[in-house]
Amino acid sequence: MDAILQNRKLQFVLLLIIFILLCVIVAPSDTNILWRLPPLIQGLPVAINDSVEYLMSDWFPIDVYDPEIEDYEQKPLLKEVTRAVSNSILFLINLVREILLGGVKTIVTFTSWDWATENPWARWPALPWTVVASGAAILGYALNGPRLALLAGVAFVYIAVFGQWEPSMETLSFVLIAAPVSVLLGLALGVWAYKSRAVEMVLNPILNVAQTMPHFSYLVPVTVFFGIGDHAGAIATVIFATPPMVRLTLLGLKKVSPEVIEAGMMNGCTERQLLYRVQIPSARRDILIGVNQVIMQCLAMTVIASFIGAKGLGHNLLLALNQLRIGQALELGICIVLIAVVLDRMSLAWANKQTDYFADLSFVERHKFSLLFLAVFITGIVLAYFGTFFFKEGLNYLYLIPHNKGITTEWFWQAGVDWVWDTFFYVLKDFNEWLIKSVLLPIKSAYLNMPVVATFALTMGIAYILAGARSALIVGAFLLFIALTEWWDRALITAYLMTVGVVVSTVIGVIVGSLCARNDYATKFMLTVCDTLQTFPSFIYLIPVIMLFGITDTSVLFAVVVYATIPATRYTIEGLRSVPPNLHEAGSMSGVNRLQRWLTIELPLALPHMMLGVNQTVVFALFMVIIAAMIGTDDLGQLILKSLSDRHGVGNGLTLGLCVAFIGLAIDQVIRTWAGERKKALGIG
Amino acid sequence: MKQVSKTILAAVTAVCLLLSATGVTRAADSTSPIVIPIHNWSSQVVMAYVIGGIFESIGNNVEYVSADSQAVYESIRNGDVTISHEVWQSTFGKSFYNAMAKGGVIDAGTHEATTLEEMGVPTWVVEKGLCPGLPNWEALKDCHANFTTPDSGGKGRWLEGPQSWHGDLMPERLAALGLSDKWVVKFAGGADALWAELASAKKEGRGTVIFNWTPNFTDADGFTFIEFPEYFEGCRKADGGDGKCGSPKGWLKKAANYKFPKTHPRAYTAFSQLSFTTEQIGQMAALVDIDKMDHKEAGTKWLADNENVWKPWIEAGM
Repeated sequence: MDAILQNRKLQFVLLLIIFILLCVIVAPSDTNILWRLPPLIQGLPVAINDSVEYLMSDWFPIDVYDPEIEDYEQKPLLKEVTRAVSNSILFLINLVREILLGGVKTIVTFTSWDWATENPWARWPALPWTVVASGAAILGYALNGPRLALLAGVAFVYIAVFGQWEPSMETLSFVLIAAPVSVLLGLALGVWAYKSRAVEMVLNPILNVAQTMPHFSYLVPVTVFFGIGDHAGAIATVIFATPPMVRLTLLGLKKVSPEVIEAGMMNGCTERQLLYRVQIPSARRDILIGVNQVIMQCLAMTVIASFIGAKGLGHNLLLALNQLRIGQALELGICIVLIAVVLDRMSLAWANKQTDYFADLSFVERHKFSLLFLAVFITGIVLAYFGTFFFKEGLNYLYLIPHNKGITTEWFWQAGVDWVWDTFFYVLKDFNEWLIKSVLLPIKSAYLNMPVVATFALTMGIAYILAGARSALIVGAFLLFIALTEWWDRALITAYLMTVGVVVSTVIGVIVGSLCARNDYATKFMLTVCDTLQTFPSFIYLIPVIMLFGITDTSVLFAVVVYATIPATRYTIEGLRSVPPNLHEAGSMSGVNRLQRWLTIELPLALPHMMLGVNQTVVFALFMVIIAAMIGTDDLGQLILKSLSDRHGVGNGLTLGLCVAFIGLAIDQVIRTWAGERKKALGIG
Repeated sequence: MKQVSKTILAAVTAVCLLLSATGVTRAADSTSPIVIPIHNWSSQVVMAYVIGGIFESIGNNVEYVSADSQAVYESIRNGDVTISHEVWQSTFGKSFYNAMAKGGVIDAGTHEATTLEEMGVPTWVVEKGLCPGLPNWEALKDCHANFTTPDSGGKGRWLEGPQSWHGDLMPERLAALGLSDKWVVKFAGGADALWAELASAKKEGRGTVIFNWTPNFTDADGFTFIEFPEYFEGCRKADGGDGKCGSPKGWLKKAANYKFPKTHPRAYTAFSQLSFTTEQIGQMAALVDIDKMDHKEAGTKWLADNENVWKPWIEAGM
C-alpha cells in the first residue's frame, strides 16, 4: 500500500488497469447510466435563451417615441441601454474611420440625416494616403528613431500600393478603438482585482471561461445584445482581448516587491500616486506583454468579427476565400500582420519612452515632429489636389488608391499554391489515406467507445495523481457538466481532435523550440515567426489544406497543428532560455555531452514552464478545432457554427461554448497545479 | 414668469411647426440610411450594390454592413439591418421563417429567378462515365465505388452543405431511397469547403457528389443536378412524408424589417417591385468571378448597362 502511495508510476499503472477494466465491463447501452449519463441539463440552452429573450424584449418596457413611424413604441429598457453603448462605440469607430477615409456619419451624429442630405457639401474629406503613411513614419521616428520610422512607412506604403488601403484603414480604425478599450478595461480590472481579494475571486473564473471559450459561441449573444456592425465586432473583440490584459496586470502588480512600495510610501505617496507613479511603472514589463497580447488578439479577431458586421480586411478576406482566390486572401492576410506589427512596435516604444525632465528646448525643437507633420500634411493635400488634374476617371492615386486597383502579386501566390498541389498531392494522398484509416479513425472510435464512467475514472485519476484531490474534484465537476448535456459524444470527438493536435504540436514545438533556443538569432527569428503566425488569419490556410487533404479530419488536424504549435514553440524557447547559464556550465564541467545536458538538466528545469506552454497549446488547439467546423467536422464546433442560425442560438451557442471551455479548464487545472508544485520543488519561478 | 411662458410658447410653436413639417413630407422617404447586408458570395454582394445604387438614385441614403448569412435574419428583426435581398428557400428558408415567427420581419416579394438546391456532380463526371445513367438517381445504386473517400468506410460520399442548412434532410433521403448501405453523408463546413472540394476533384479527375445550387458561378463550368423523385408538399420526413423525394424548384425571396414600408415608402415600393431573373443574377456574379472586377464596380457597371431593367421599378414608387 505504501509503495503505491509513494510511487507515481505504480499509481498510473493501477489507474490504467482500472480504466481498461471499466471499458471492458460496462456494456454500451443507452439505458446504462455507466455508459452515458442521462442529459439532465438538456433544457439549459432553452432556459438561457428564454431569459435572454425576456430581458431583451419584455423586461421593464419603457415608452420611446419613434419619429420614423410617428408613434410611441414600447421598448425594453435593457435593449435601449445596450444600444446606447453600441452607438457610442460606433461613433468612436466612425470618427477615427472618417479621419482616415472621409465620410458623413460623424457630421450626421451632430446634425441629422435630413440636414446632411440637404447639404451635400458637408462631407468630411479623407486624409490622402501619402499623409497617413508619412505621418506613421514620423510617429515611428518620434517614438523610437529611424528603424521604427522605416518599418511604419514601408508597411503603410505597401498597404497603399497593393490597393488594400480602404479595407486596411477600416480595420485600423476598428482596432484603434477596440485595443485601447481592452487595454484600459484590462488595466482597470487588473488593478481592482489587485486591491480586492473578493474581486479577484469573482473575476478569476470569468476570465478562465472567457479565455477558453471559442469566439464563435458568443457571436450570437453579442448580436442579440448589441446589434450588428462594427461596434458588435469591436465588443466581441474586447471580450476576447481583455482577459490576458487583466491577468498580466494582476501578475505584474503582484510581482512588485514590497520594498519598492515601502519606498514609495516613505516618500509620502498618496494611494493614487503610489498606483500611478510606483506600482504600475514597476509592473511595466508584464503590463507591456499584456498590451502586446491585446494587439495580437485584436487583429486575430478581424476575420471572426466580420461575421457580425466588422468591415475591412477580415470581410474582404472571407470574400476572397469564397472565390478560392488564395493569392488575394494572402495579400489581405499580410496587411493584417503588418498592421499588427506596426501597432505593437509603436505601443511598446511609446510605453518605453522616457520623459526628459531637464531638457531646455526651444519651441521649434520641442515641436519639431508636429511641425514636420504639419508640413507633410500640407504637401500631401496639395499633391492630392494636383492629382485631381492629372488622373482621369475619378481615380486619384495621390488621394486614395482605390480598392483592388493597386499592384497585385496574386498570380504569384496562386502559382505557388498550384505548384504545391501538383508536387505534393499524390504523395500526400497516400499518406492521408493511411493516416485516416490506420490512425485517426481507430483513435476516434476508441474515444467514442469509452464508457462515461471510465472517462471520469481516467481523467479524475490523472488529476488526483498529478495535482491532488482538490483538482480531481474540480476536473470531475467540469466533466459532469458536459456529461449531463446531450452533447457528450460530440465533446468526445472534440477531445479526440484536440488530443491528437496537442500531441503533434507539442512534439514539433519542443523539437523546434529546443533547436532554436541554442542560438540568439534563431530565438529572435522564431519568436517573430510565432508572432506572425498568431496574427495571420488561420482561415487562409483552411482552403489550400482542404484542396490537399479533402474535407477530412486530416485537414482539421493540419490546421490545428499549424496554429497550436505556436505556443508550444514559444514556451519551450522561453523555458529553456530561462535556465541559468551557470547550470549549463556546471553540467559541462561534470562531463555531460550536449544531448545529456539537454535531457538531464535543461528539460527538467524548463519543464514546468513548458507545461504552461502545453496548457496554451490546448487552448489554441480547442479554438482551432472549433474554427475547423468551417472545413466540416461532426463535433461541438459543428453545432456552434449551427447556432449562428438557430432559433435557440444564444442558449445553444453559450452552452456549447461552455462545454469547450470546460474541456480546456479541466486540463488547465491539472497542468497549472502540477507546474506550480514542480516550480516550487525546483526552487524557480 | 413672463420669460418662462414665452419660452413655453416658443417651444410649442416649434413643436407644431415640426409636426406640420413632418406632416408635409409624410410621403417622402426618411433620410436615415437603408442598411443592406453583405454576405460572402459574389452575386449577393454585387446585388447589394445594385440595389443600393437603385435606392441612391431615388435619393435614399444607403449603408452596407457585412453580416453572416444565417445570423442576418435576427438582425433584420431587430432593425439593425433593413433588408435581405437573396433569401434562398432551402438554405435560408428556415432562418427566415424563424425570424418571421418571432415577429419583425416581413416578406417583401419573390424574385423571378427560380432556384434549385440539390445534390449533383460536375458535368465532366457524367462525361467521364464515372456513374453511367446519371442524372437519374437510380444510377447511384451501382456507382458508389467511384466516390469513396478514406473516411467514408467503403461507401460513396455525399458531400452535403453545413448541417445548419437542411438539418438531417440528406441522411433521411438516403435512407428513404434505400441508398444508405452504399452512400454516406458528410457535412461540409461552409460554401468555401464545397468549392475547394470541386476544384480539387477537378484537378484530380476524381468523382464527387456534392451539394450545389443554381444560379451560381459553378454553372459556367457545367454542373449536373441529380434527378430525384419529384418533390411534393409534405413528402419530406420532417413534414411527415416518407422522404423519397428531391428538392423543389425553390423561390428566391426578399425580406425586410417591418418598419421599412413606413419609413421609406418609395424605396420599399421599388424593393418589392424589384425582381431579378436567373440570367441577371448570373451576369452579376460573372462580372466578379470571371471578369475579376471589384464588387462595387461590378454593381455600378450592371446598373449602367441595364437601366431599362431597373428604371421601371422606381417609377412604380413615384
